[in-house]
Amino acid sequence: MADDQALALSPAVPPVEGVPAEASPLRAFWSAFSENRGAVLGLAVVVFIALLALFAPFVAPHSPIEQFRQHVQQPPVWAGGTWAFPFGTDAVGRDVLSRLIYGARISLGIGLSVMLVSVVVGIVLGLASAFLRGIVEVVVMRVMDLVVAIPSLVLAILVVAVLGPSLLNTIVAVTVVYLPRYVRLVRAAALAELSKEYVIAAQVAGVGRLRLMFVTVLPNCLAPLIVQAALGISDAILEAAALGFLGLGAQPPTPEWGAMLADSREFIRAAPWIVTLPGLAILVTVVAINLMGDGLRDALDPKLRRS
Amino acid sequence: MFRFFLRRVALTLPTFVALMFVTFVAVRLVPGDPIEARTGERGIAPERLAQLRHELGLDQPVWRQFLDYANGIVHGDFGVSIVTKTPVLQEFAVLFPATLELAFCALIFAVVLGIPAGVLAAVKRGSVFDHAVMTVALTGYSMPIFWWGLLLIMFMSEYLGLTPVSGRMDLINYYFEPVTGFMLIDSILSGQEGAFGAAAAHLVLPSIVLGTIPLAVIARMTRSSMLEVLGEDYVRTARAKGLSPLRVVGLHALRNALIPVVTVIGLQTGTLLAGAVLTETIFAWPGVGKWLIESIARRDYPALQGGIMLISGIVIVVNLIVDLTYVAINPRIRHGG
Repeated sequence: MADDQALALSPAVPPVEGVPAEASPLRAFWSAFSENRGAVLGLAVVVFIALLALFAPFVAPHSPIEQFRQHVQQPPVWAGGTWAFPFGTDAVGRDVLSRLIYGARISLGIGLSVMLVSVVVGIVLGLASAFLRGIVEVVVMRVMDLVVAIPSLVLAILVVAVLGPSLLNTIVAVTVVYLPRYVRLVRAAALAELSKEYVIAAQVAGVGRLRLMFVTVLPNCLAPLIVQAALGISDAILEAAALGFLGLGAQPPTPEWGAMLADSREFIRAAPWIVTLPGLAILVTVVAINLMGDGLRDALDPKLRRS
Repeated sequence: MFRFFLRRVALTLPTFVALMFVTFVAVRLVPGDPIEARTGERGIAPERLAQLRHELGLDQPVWRQFLDYANGIVHGDFGVSIVTKTPVLQEFAVLFPATLELAFCALIFAVVLGIPAGVLAAVKRGSVFDHAVMTVALTGYSMPIFWWGLLLIMFMSEYLGLTPVSGRMDLINYYFEPVTGFMLIDSILSGQEGAFGAAAAHLVLPSIVLGTIPLAVIARMTRSSMLEVLGEDYVRTARAKGLSPLRVVGLHALRNALIPVVTVIGLQTGTLLAGAVLTETIFAWPGVGKWLIESIARRDYPALQGGIMLISGIVIVVNLIVDLTYVAINPRIRHGG
């Protein structure tokens, strides 16, 4: 299928007989990516969690917010519980498994939203400061320096204190915190490309500035950006969970993993599974995304390959 | 060299001004009126309101208010807490040693474990040990530390009964006036038997929790930096001369490999202070991180504003020092840019 796409995309190039067809970029990428067993494992786990999140209403045995008052703090099935609540119930009788599954929606949703907004804004600000230079560059880069100077969680707390705690504001706060990485990366990549000959050739040929920015230069800056975006999802998930844990993120009864941990703190002794499981969900998700991101970096960006 | 240093220092000044501006604007955007926060919601006489507004400088134009605010900060006035009525700087100064002590112990934990682990992993590249170190580092790097703290409390304190659950000191058995603000030092100065042990026991879990992410970062950085250095010609020469492997690795390679590692350690200040917010909340550690979170809950915005200003200021200054040190020990950077 990858071959068909590659052919469909390049109809202008006639097949030359006797020359072996070059492997499609997608296939070349996959062969480099799948060399790394950890990355493939990470990808598999991420796909599994994403599917759970996507089909949460069909997979989850119960509603995430329904309170089964006669089954409060029931232990999980391996600790003497019943199959009706495989991972047990929390302090008000909600099914922990269902809350974890719905929580995947929220955590992945936050991670993806932060990543998408950061990538778009990062591209616009990064390209603008690389192309326009002058005052635009100075202002943008100084603001990014300031954001970097404030410890991440402290800045996120400041943003949430101003906007008020909610899921949407969590996304805003975490995006603000991680934006500088994207802006700096796009700017640096674009500056490196700008001195290359193909850009000068395009300029000489009279290509307009916007086209030069987004069509000529941007595609050549994408590899490190994709790697940063993948790793950025896991950072965003961790940061959002920390805000949720501090009570500054998603508000009850939203089944957000960090907030679930915060609710569970007083039951450390009585119901350890309520404490253990949400944290494990965060850890597994973040490790899987980081494994995948490392694989992406090795496959897409050989310069950054870890020795 | 001196001119370069001056330039670098001058470049951080706009960051400070911008930081003042951001905290100033942020606190004015916060919903709720500072007067109302002080008087309650019953309302007060208009003359009293005008008087209060005048006392707080709220009847001045906004640019005037900002200049007053900036002027105050330059002179060490970070505002007054609404709740405790004490100057923010004074509150911060009392609490900061607790955070500093915790962050310092966390960093020691990370360095003492991270550097040897990274070096060994690089030397025994591809071995089981190498894979184990990299796996632990990946897990540590991905760790939600607030959960890690709860797990450790659950296992070490509740189940095994080895360490105290929270706080800095066993206040029932020991009491002494703070001298330095650092519990480890004060407990020795107090001369009370067992006080130092109690203080140290309280530090163990919080230090591990706060040190976990720096540990992962340092181990990874040491490993990759060491691998790079081990491939260099001078290391091969040292080996060819017949020097013992220990001498080659320990003396020749490590010294150069550590330059980037030291920088990374310095740059962990921000991570440590951000992590302190979570760690202190979990362990009821009376430091600036916990105080910051409580300020939000109490709607004590001057404390929040001053606290963020002070914490960020410290990070900026430390990062600047790290930058300058790096340039001082590695002249190649100077000429590059």
